[in-house]
Amino acid sequence: MIPANDPRAIDDDAMIAVRDLTVSFGTGKQEVAAVKQVSFQVDKGESFGLVGESGSGKSTVLRVLAGLNPTWQGKVVIARHSLAARRGKNFFKTVQMVFQDPYGSLHPKHTVDRILSEPLAVHGIKDAESKVRAVLDQVQLGSSFRFRYPHQLSGGQRQRVAIARALILRPQVVLLDEPTSALDVSIQAEILNLLAELRRDLGLTYLLVSHDLAVVGQMCSRLALMRKGEIVELADAAQLAAGNLTHPYSRQLLVASKGYDRAAIDAFADF
Amino acid sequence: MTMPLLQVENLNIRFDTPTGVSHVVRNMSFSMGREKLAIVGESGSGKSQSVRAILGLTPGKVTADRLDFDGKSLLGLTAAQWRAIRGKRIAMVMQDPKYSLNPVMRIGDQLLEACRDRYRGKEAKARSMEMLEAVRIRDPERVYLAWPHELSGGMGQRAMIAMMLITEPELLIADEPTSALDVTVRLQVLAILDDLVRKRDMGLIFISHDLNLVASFCDRVLVMYAGQIMEEVNAKHLHQAQHPYTKGLLACLPELGKPMEALRTLARDPAWKKPLPQHPVTR
Repeated sequence: MIPANDPRAIDDDAMIAVRDLTVSFGTGKQEVAAVKQVSFQVDKGESFGLVGESGSGKSTVLRVLAGLNPTWQGKVVIARHSLAARRGKNFFKTVQMVFQDPYGSLHPKHTVDRILSEPLAVHGIKDAESKVRAVLDQVQLGSSFRFRYPHQLSGGQRQRVAIARALILRPQVVLLDEPTSALDVSIQAEILNLLAELRRDLGLTYLLVSHDLAVVGQMCSRLALMRKGEIVELADAAQLAAGNLTHPYSRQLLVASKGYDRAAIDAFADF
Repeated sequence: MTMPLLQVENLNIRFDTPTGVSHVVRNMSFSMGREKLAIVGESGSGKSQSVRAILGLTPGKVTADRLDFDGKSLLGLTAAQWRAIRGKRIAMVMQDPKYSLNPVMRIGDQLLEACRDRYRGKEAKARSMEMLEAVRIRDPERVYLAWPHELSGGMGQRAMIAMMLITEPELLIADEPTSALDVTVRLQVLAILDDLVRKRDMGLIFISHDLNLVASFCDRVLVMYAGQIMEEVNAKHLHQAQHPYTKGLLACLPELGKPMEALRTLARDPAWKKPLPQHPVTR
């Protein structure tokens, strides 16, 4: 079921509100709508999941919110500020992002200290050293990691640095783009626990993009399932846990996430 | 008893590094027939290096008491002898079609190249089209003429499987063949692999870090940690595994329908790294 466009005014509780977001790439005959009329809302302190397969538009939504995708139509409100295509410095103090691949998102020739000090320098925040130490403690790395280079860190440690970089500006909203899909399951558990703890302690609002329903079930209180640029279903954690999804595409994803079942695969439909 | 397809006894792989010798695979021993064998483990556990050694593709130093494929030793083969095995009797499907297909060669030409020693001319083309159909590509004519960048991930991976199976190998090694794919596409590609392996009576070594997938897809599972096999379990009984490492890995997985206060994390026991007893040499 595609949710009707919500005509209500955006409530005060909403940390993120998206109304009729449409994003298209290319022009003329080549034009492709990557995101079509997407609306959802995330309350303050909530963790919201966006689930879908590649090409579903989930990452594009996240990139629009992060300001990485300058062309879009619709209304996006974060922390009661309506967003324009260009974002000011203050925006980035409110909203930060953690990317999928910790091997690609850290500058290979900068030390951890420099990676973490840079956002502070950009925003003219003083007392970088103590802030870097504090944030490294927060992500449970400790200040002994300050002068290491990314290649001296494991994948999980790098992702902790990426999370520290997002947190050092004390944002209210953290956008997470498949933060653990490049990591081993044992490390994934550690990072997910860390993210959950930080959200609780700092009162953060998360928007988590993932293709893994189990991860979303663990981390999020509500979720949206996307397919071909549209939200096909909005559900809450209890519905997901009970397997109580209604759209056939969501149900197929549920079956697929249970493992290999030869008979079930033959019944898969192309959506 | 029939001869196993592959017999490995005390396989060791070492790398010389500036800081000393890195011993990445330690006394690995297993044998397999025409079945689906999974090797699971975290990154750095040696699972990829060990199967690369079976194809003579690891840059490390390989030693073993026994490394037999179909009763013949793979140790100390010449380049020409390797060529007669690699790609023909043992083939390998790589992880990501984006990086493993030749970007400047049409899919059809890559298929022809794969089977060049066996088929020529019209027959090669006919076999290639047949193979594309076997991996359930709906429009084989189009894909035959397509460039790799024109294919989706699932399609590219199917094309790669077609290339690997066209020579009718007896053993197929698949190194995380579906981890770059979406869940539903992943299962569809696995179903194709499953059907082909069964129909052609091949052996399959399936490397993965996805424990749930392996439990439902394979027959047997080898669990590796720090270069050693910790445990061998029947895939159906993976969830009743005994070794604390296997149990720990399984406990880390978030489970749909059972969200937890905090996920369990893996407490690594230094004892797991201690050398295990060697496999007795059988000849």
